[in-house]
Amino acid sequence: MPAWTMGSPVALAVATDRRHRMDAEERANAIEQRLRAQFVAALDGDAASYRAFLSALGAHLRAFLRRRMAQWPDDVEDLVQETLLAIHDHRHTYRREQPLTAWVHTIARYKLIDHLRARARHEALNDPLDEELELFARSDTEAAEARRDLQQMLQVLPERQRRALMLVKLAGASVAETARATGQSEAAVKVGVHRGIKALAARFRSGT
Amino acid sequence: MRTDDLVAALAADAAPVDNARAERRFRDRLLWGPAIAIVLMLLLLGPRPDLAEAMRLPMFWLKAGLPASVAAACWLLLYRLGHPGARLGRSPAAALAPLALVSLAGALVLWNAAPAERESLLFGQTWRDCLVNVTILALPALALALLALRGLAPTRLALAGAAAGLFAGAAGAFAYAFHCPELEVPFLGAWYVAGMLMPAVVGALLGRRLLRW
Repeated sequence: MPAWTMGSPVALAVATDRRHRMDAEERANAIEQRLRAQFVAALDGDAASYRAFLSALGAHLRAFLRRRMAQWPDDVEDLVQETLLAIHDHRHTYRREQPLTAWVHTIARYKLIDHLRARARHEALNDPLDEELELFARSDTEAAEARRDLQQMLQVLPERQRRALMLVKLAGASVAETARATGQSEAAVKVGVHRGIKALAARFRSGT
Repeated sequence: MRTDDLVAALAADAAPVDNARAERRFRDRLLWGPAIAIVLMLLLLGPRPDLAEAMRLPMFWLKAGLPASVAAACWLLLYRLGHPGARLGRSPAAALAPLALVSLAGALVLWNAAPAERESLLFGQTWRDCLVNVTILALPALALALLALRGLAPTRLALAGAAAGLFAGAAGAFAYAFHCPELEVPFLGAWYVAGMLMPAVVGALLGRRLLRW
């Protein structure tokens, strides 16, 4: 770092950011250690450890999934349970020398993508806003309208672009996850998102 | 159901988990594929009459070694694909490298051959039989490899299905090598490779549906 930036707001921001990142890393490591010890005990048949592990993991999964499913908050708890169940059913595929985070994360991501895919199929066939909902959702009007506008606008995009855009920008999936979910290459997803946004912007400006 | 209730129910189900049993089941299901392919070859096609003589030729061992090396690499790949969070590393490349090498070698041989000989080097007498038989011999191995994956937890379904199909194709090609009369590199590079890749494509398509969990 050049001397003149020392003590400047930039340097301070960089240092703070780095400290936060390290804190987060240390915290994650500590959690990994604790959860892994509980899980390994559970694999040896310790029910109390297993229970502690599953409740703690449920909380982490909830946070992980909630951030990625902002559009469907009502589905988060279902998916938390589904993921816990999947972890339980497939716990024989965990190898003890392997980081627990990598194993759990891969399963959670798989369940998330599977869910988003089913959701996309469902929404393609059904109008997401039925009349009942519109009638009683008074206090929610603004949000609902904003979402409907977005859905309508997205309809003008070709299927591939729309799915890529929905997964990456609305559901918060990564480019790699989206590529896998839609069967496109990563490059195609990036291009799809980019073109989709440009097309939407052009539509929006022309007011149609 | 409340999540706490689910956690309680799952915790009540805690019992020592026997990883080794799952690994053995995976291994057995994979091993049965090539075994059945060989039995089917013996029953339906029979070994080539001059097998003992052919087995003295290095080219015969290249023909059998190609699918054997692909199958070995696919085994590792399948194991990794079935364990969430395991890095694939170079195992996909290791599974495809033998195919690429032998196709390249076949192309070089064709390039250097006299134009009049090229057709017989490439097509031999039996290229259609090769494609059909390798695929048929691979089918039971494909079903078993998909079953082996279902006992684990694959998260990249199309890729896992393709690896299962390539493993099965390699099993079929290995068994077929003991019947097949052809001994030219261009023939191997075209028809053995295609015969192994076809089950891989089928596996990728099936995997998306059959491997979901």
